[in-house]
Amino acid sequence: MADAYPMIEVQNLTKFYGAHPAVSNLNFDAKQGEILGFLGPNGAGKTTTMRILTGYMPPSSGSATVAGFDVVDQSLDARRHIGYLPETVPLYTDMSVRDYLTFMGSLRKVEDLDLRVDEVLEDIHLEDREDSLIGSLSKGMRQRVGLGQALVHQPDVLILDEPTIGLDPGQIIEVRKLIQELGKERTVLLSTHILSEAQQVCDRVLIINNGMIVAEDSPGNLQAQMAGAEKLLVSTPASLEELKPLLESISGVTGVAAGAEPNRFEVSTSPGRDLRPDIARKIVEAGVDLLELGSAGVSLEEIFLQLTREQHPEDHREQD
Amino acid sequence: MHNVWVIASREFKQYFVSPLAYAMAAMLYLILGFLFYVNINFGLQNGQITPDGRIVMGPMITILVFITPLITMRLLADEQRMGTMELLLTAPVRDFELVVGKWLGALGFIVAVLIPTWIYPLIMNWMTQPGIDQGVLVTAYLGLALLMAAMLGVGTFVSGLFNNPFVAFLGTEAVLLGLWVVGALGSGSGLVSEVAGYLGLVDHFYNNLYRGVLQITDVTYYVSLTVLALFLGAQVIQARRWG
Repeated sequence: MADAYPMIEVQNLTKFYGAHPAVSNLNFDAKQGEILGFLGPNGAGKTTTMRILTGYMPPSSGSATVAGFDVVDQSLDARRHIGYLPETVPLYTDMSVRDYLTFMGSLRKVEDLDLRVDEVLEDIHLEDREDSLIGSLSKGMRQRVGLGQALVHQPDVLILDEPTIGLDPGQIIEVRKLIQELGKERTVLLSTHILSEAQQVCDRVLIINNGMIVAEDSPGNLQAQMAGAEKLLVSTPASLEELKPLLESISGVTGVAAGAEPNRFEVSTSPGRDLRPDIARKIVEAGVDLLELGSAGVSLEEIFLQLTREQHPEDHREQD
Repeated sequence: MHNVWVIASREFKQYFVSPLAYAMAAMLYLILGFLFYVNINFGLQNGQITPDGRIVMGPMITILVFITPLITMRLLADEQRMGTMELLLTAPVRDFELVVGKWLGALGFIVAVLIPTWIYPLIMNWMTQPGIDQGVLVTAYLGLALLMAAMLGVGTFVSGLFNNPFVAFLGTEAVLLGLWVVGALGSGSGLVSEVAGYLGLVDHFYNNLYRGVLQITDVTYYVSLTVLALFLGAQVIQARRWG
């Protein structure tokens, strides 16, 4: 299953749009049976990288291989091994679901196509809508049809650009489950700007910003790193002047600041240990009322912002 | 060849679920039927014109020059507009296979529309003694197919240049009328006139094929124009990848 054969290999990949580098000097790889998450704000270069890997556009410099085939020199061979779901799901709205999947399957020279389309319809839970025109389907169903065309030829590598965008929570869970199932045997590269999604689904996460990789790790390690930024929320009638010296005397507390509302305070802590029991004890022992104590719960986003803000904060809205 | 066929047959089928395609075919049949009726009723009965299948085909070309851009405008422009181009360009399909497939689908559709128009010469054959020359018609219909292939080729190429089918329609019409007009310059003598005459879109048809004269130069003209247009179409697709 998870042998070390690199199914995606990217070396010094650079793509310019005019003078603007959308992707610069990207290096990464993905093994068989690995779900690799591509995480970054809009315009970070995720879509550009995926479009290069899928053979939609050539890179300005550098190289990439998919399933061992160069995406420029052996483009057709590389494309045969890829299933691709672009960000704007490309569908022929005047075709039925079955006709569309059959069309894509025959372009992919799938054998026993009717049977295979049956299987795909089952995978994407649209058996009962196979004769519906795609234009009449809901957004979630369309997304699944798009996923279906990426699967029909049973590719070794799946490249999914924001596969859960615009879906409702139930559908998101379903699509994530499907991706996890697929990722058991295949290589999946998926892009997202939702951190929790990357954490739940991916074996490894690349954080990309302004066309460069700013962090690369397993979600577990990223989480451990992120735990360092944990912020706790304390609600008490005491004033900041009273509270600050009290809490800062606890080892591990790095700062106390006023929160968004009166009587609410944000407590920053250093990584590694849950300080909530210590804080509660300290406040109560001091004879101060403790109304509420909890995690501020924004740490993931904050680390992400911190990582992606480090360079060129001014051009966050470049085209992707 | 497999991919060309897959793309062509999808395109061909899509015309038959498109209201626009039906409207075009209906318009063509209606105008041709009307002209046929008028010709038979007034011209032929009064002995003013001789019975000839070409009284249908003459005006048909003019109508087709305006119908062609309607058939081809969506071919590539709509893929671009709807985002499905990304699907086709990342499938294991060569750029020229895509362009040729699109063109072939359109050609298949127009051939399906034009075959029933042979009914008019057949009616005429039945109405008159000793009938009309079907041999001339075979050559004329072959010429019509060649002319359509070339015009649809131009339309496919121009459709690849734009994201908006309406703009593709206007662009194709401009090229086709331009090529038509160039031919009109070929009536004089001298080199320019000769070249212009050779480049003219409909002259090869009207001057020879339409009259039952099958010449290699005319066939070469239409085949070359078709090949050139499809080649340029594939180049446009490739250029778009870099953009």
